[in-house]
Amino acid sequence: MEVSIKVNGKSYERDIEARTLLVDFIREDLGLTGTNVGCDTTQCGSCTVHMNGAAVKSCTVLAVQADGASIATIESLASDGELHAMQQAFTDKHGLQCGFCTPGMIMTAVKLVESHPDISEDDIRHGLEGNLCRCTGYENVVRAVAEGARLFDPHSPWEMEPAEHKITLREAERRARERSGA
Amino acid sequence: MTTTQRAFGSSVRRLEDARFITGQGRYTDNLTQPGMAHMVVLRSPYAHADITGFDASEALGMPGVVGVFNGQDMADAGFGAMPCAWVVPDSDTKTPAYPPLAIGRVRFVGDAVAIVIAETDAQARDASYAIDVTYDTLDVVVNGREATQDDASLVHDEVANNQCFHWTVSGGEVEAAFENADVVVAETIVNQRLIPTAMEPRAVLARWDSAMGEVTMWSTSQIPHITRFLMSLVTPVPEHKIRVVAPDVGGGFGSKLANYPEENMSVFAAQQVGRPVKWTETRSENFLGTIHGRDHIADVELAAKSDGTVLGLRAQTWANLGAYLSTASTGVPTILHGLMLSGAYNIPAIHEDVYGVFTNTTPVSAYRGAGRPEATFMVERMMDLLANELSMDPVELRRKNLIEPFTDGHEVATGLIYDTGNYEPALDQALKMYGYEEARKQQTAARAKGRLVGIGVTTYAEICGLGPSEVAGAVGFGGGLWESAIVRFHPTGKVQLMVGVSPHGQGEETTFAQIVADQLGVMVEDVDVVHSDTALTPMGWGSYGSRTTPVASGAIMGAIEQLKEKGTKIAAHLLEAAEEDVEFADGLFSVKGSPEQGKTIQDIALAANTAWSMPDGVDPGFEAAAFFDPSNFVFPFGTHIAQVEVDPETGEIDFQRYVAVDDCGPIINPMIVEGQIQGGIAQGAAQALWEGAHYDDQGNLLSGSLMDYAIPKAEFLPKFELGKTETPTDVNPLGVKGIGETGTIASTPTVYNAVMDALAPLGVQQIDMPLTPERVWRAIGDASKGGK
Amino acid sequence: MQTAPFDYYRPETLSEAVDLLTSVDGARPIAGGHSLLPAMKLRVASPAALVDLGRIPGLSGISRNGGSLKIGALTTHAAVAASDVAKSDCPVLADTASHIGDPQVRNRGTIGGSLAHADPAADYPTLMRAIGATVHVTGAGGSERAITADDFFVDLFTTGLETGELVTAVEVPVMEAGQSGAYMKHRHPASSYAVVGVAAIVTVDGGSCTAAAIGVGGVTGKPERASAAEAALVGQAPTDETIAAAAAAVAGDLANPIGDLYASGEFRVHLASVLTKRALSEAFGESSA
Repeated sequence: MEVSIKVNGKSYERDIEARTLLVDFIREDLGLTGTNVGCDTTQCGSCTVHMNGAAVKSCTVLAVQADGASIATIESLASDGELHAMQQAFTDKHGLQCGFCTPGMIMTAVKLVESHPDISEDDIRHGLEGNLCRCTGYENVVRAVAEGARLFDPHSPWEMEPAEHKITLREAERRARERSGA
Repeated sequence: MTTTQRAFGSSVRRLEDARFITGQGRYTDNLTQPGMAHMVVLRSPYAHADITGFDASEALGMPGVVGVFNGQDMADAGFGAMPCAWVVPDSDTKTPAYPPLAIGRVRFVGDAVAIVIAETDAQARDASYAIDVTYDTLDVVVNGREATQDDASLVHDEVANNQCFHWTVSGGEVEAAFENADVVVAETIVNQRLIPTAMEPRAVLARWDSAMGEVTMWSTSQIPHITRFLMSLVTPVPEHKIRVVAPDVGGGFGSKLANYPEENMSVFAAQQVGRPVKWTETRSENFLGTIHGRDHIADVELAAKSDGTVLGLRAQTWANLGAYLSTASTGVPTILHGLMLSGAYNIPAIHEDVYGVFTNTTPVSAYRGAGRPEATFMVERMMDLLANELSMDPVELRRKNLIEPFTDGHEVATGLIYDTGNYEPALDQALKMYGYEEARKQQTAARAKGRLVGIGVTTYAEICGLGPSEVAGAVGFGGGLWESAIVRFHPTGKVQLMVGVSPHGQGEETTFAQIVADQLGVMVEDVDVVHSDTALTPMGWGSYGSRTTPVASGAIMGAIEQLKEKGTKIAAHLLEAAEEDVEFADGLFSVKGSPEQGKTIQDIALAANTAWSMPDGVDPGFEAAAFFDPSNFVFPFGTHIAQVEVDPETGEIDFQRYVAVDDCGPIINPMIVEGQIQGGIAQGAAQALWEGAHYDDQGNLLSGSLMDYAIPKAEFLPKFELGKTETPTDVNPLGVKGIGETGTIASTPTVYNAVMDALAPLGVQQIDMPLTPERVWRAIGDASKGGK
Repeated sequence: MQTAPFDYYRPETLSEAVDLLTSVDGARPIAGGHSLLPAMKLRVASPAALVDLGRIPGLSGISRNGGSLKIGALTTHAAVAASDVAKSDCPVLADTASHIGDPQVRNRGTIGGSLAHADPAADYPTLMRAIGATVHVTGAGGSERAITADDFFVDLFTTGLETGELVTAVEVPVMEAGQSGAYMKHRHPASSYAVVGVAAIVTVDGGSCTAAAIGVGGVTGKPERASAAEAALVGQAPTDETIAAAAAAVAGDLANPIGDLYASGEFRVHLASVLTKRALSEAFGESSA
């Protein structure tokens, strides 16, 4: 059936089988392979993307259910060669090893810090319940999310529009300076 | 003069991260080839059955289906059985055939029965459900100990009592030790079966070039070179016509340390259909078709004097190997296990009989730690039982028996010679970081209020950095264990480092670049580490056994030394100085005493690559290849401490603190080393608390999904408090030891002993792992019924 | 990993959806799909057709309706957890929602889907029984009826819904003065489902418990009411002793418990008792606060 799905700000019209999962649409039909598949029971969170601004597991959404929706994947976070603050935080804090869970982890983390202005370590650990990592023991993932949160302004207007949903490190630092009055 | 920070020892941000954090990782399932078809594997729903009928006619007529093949088709095309690469000598090892696709009989749930090739993965999957296979079911054995009994059904008709091997390690006067003992503690210890669960499921993409008679295979592998070697024995394609590429690999932990059936099937399928073929495992398949780990049952006894001096250890161990021998499986419960039963202690007499046993279960092989966690758990659990028996503090008991500091080798009763060690400082540091004495006081106070607070302490030593090739040969490993490296300077001074090892997430693209940068004075960013492609890299034996850095760094250093030497010759020539007057530091060759007159290593690289003016007898080019075979294994060590509190009402365990002090010698990148330790602790703690594969008596894997099998989540774990000591090894030039497995090896007994310590006032001594709330609750209930 | 093929319908109205569900052989409704799609991927379920309720207007949102809150069937768990009206008028509802699954699951899973699926390990059904919820459904020809939670949950994955009937909303009473609730669960370490969940709703007046309702999920095929425990509380001061006595009485209402690899029936009954004690302590603590 025909669907029209906006992915990373660009609309795609495709004729797909009804059973096509959103993650397969993203990976196979659009060739955006940053979103990974790590399980088949909605546990691991490797496939997490933003759908109309909310983090969802794209392995458990039919592409036809996303017809008309706006999707943001890991590929949309960096812009003009500049990393999103959360991406930067993950490399700065060594929040990844094999990297397979990382796109989903980052996409979840972006939404997590948005909804928790004064996030605690406990909030982060609970907020990552839907994302499994086998390499890191989570310690540095938690540090990375905390660092990302520090750089992040949760009250900024761009949170409404997934396609515009990006914050560069430079922008984050500028906002952090503004907030601190420096 | 400014001081520059050395690349060696710095927490350099990982070079590999850029592609992962932006969604550009090159995992096998992300790759496509023109004309690519998809493969799905039909697996046996029965643990043991004869295949009495096979009808694929309906499947062949379904949309998109290109072909359906079974084991006989593969055999007819010249594909053989997959060899076990490790046959331990003097153990009477039986090696029954392991065909990639079952022929005539299936031996575990998940055994591959047929493959479907179709235009899409979905079409292949649909068709796989339409294949009509009839089975005649047979009796099933799943338990490694019970399978050896006379009335047990046979997994392989030719293997009596399902006994694959009987291997023995023996050193010292064991009988005398037990006769002379004041106290003997005994326990049956079960290291339950675990499922590695790398986040990336396995995948293979095979391309057959019929014109050249060549195969290119991308695969989720830790061992591209070994896989090529083994596939030359299984497939009709000779070794030099096979190219194996492991692109980005999403974690392995030993589960990608095998030549798997699907690799051979994909090559077969690509040949049959004349198109590239890709297979990607589902997570459900991963639980059934990718190797499992551990699964030992051991009767263990420890003999000691009344003052706590340990005299001897003796054990009988049944190691469940599953239905077939995976590539490395027999080495795990033998060499990597029995030889480490001395742990960090002076144990003058050790004897272990290990029985390797076939069962109707998924093959068992190397899972992070591989043999050493089982050994360490046995030793550390027995030490705590002994401490309880003697009413000694478990730290005092350990300290009393720790091996004294040594720098020139220390032989233990199993015959291993540990390289270097100084165990007590790590113990002291861990105790200080944790605040051990104060914690014991608090524990006493908490116990007085009925709270179940427990502390577990492990002092461990482990063997890794596999290893001298001569030893590999002597213990039956079917290959070498040396490593190779090529350091190549391009004319612009940029460097490529080609290595035979195959990192898959650990970060050696960075740490190896740091070694080159540190030694040759180039920027870390200017070093590109090329690995995991048999066409681009020199022969090497892959990444496992915490060998990547300790062994490969020796080869890298060998190549670096050659370049320093050659660079000195060329610089002397260009500077019109005597060779002995030229010195090299921080990337600059200069004449002693006049550093302003110098040539950078980039200058030398350009000069050597253009070769317009070379000194007599020096060849053009600026690259060097080196091989390195270590003189011994390396033996990292340390002390780990865990604190838990048990909820007496629900049996739930609050995992409160974890302190780890590890010694892996000089550290190239502290950030990366800490990451390895943290990940390892989580996996090892998970064996104690959450993970366990469970089969029913018909061989169905009940814990066969991430809905049932609990790998840790962020909220399960405390912050890890890490410390270190640095004791260099003398078996490689940088003095470095492996760190990939220490966390897993040490943390299982640490956490387990902490829980048992919490329950000690109730008289609980043993609970099977994982320590699920129900098991703990029942143990508490049983203990109180026992009147203690 | 793909599901088996199916026909897909996306009705624009409720009546169209009901018509499709009654006329198309093997059709099943799908909302968030977080129970159905995993089962379909594993091919444990292979419906011939899916009727996607996602575009039907008016089925989402929470509103105060006299003495109750009405929650549209398509309201996600995340929306319930974040709802200001739920947090103020029925905090236990928002709290229960906030502990379902994980954040991503809460962003897709819906209250109607959860109730209609009737998984004994789900969180909402347990609360609905304790709180005395009413499930509103629409069936063939637009016929509407209201089913009490007591009648709605019949057995394992079985509800009082007739073929073609759809859950449209669920109505829960708001917490009155002196009334409060608590939901406690023992979370499965892998699936995050409730191994056992207990919801307690209590009313305290003049230092005495005047009403108590306790729902227990995960122990039997459907959420149960712990009537004996409830009876043991009414008329009593909510002391530790009273609470313990009530918790001890829970087992009597949990005949034929289910068990699995992780938790036996016996352990589930025990957990139900412990969680009842803890939920009551929290609920009474809230009511006196």
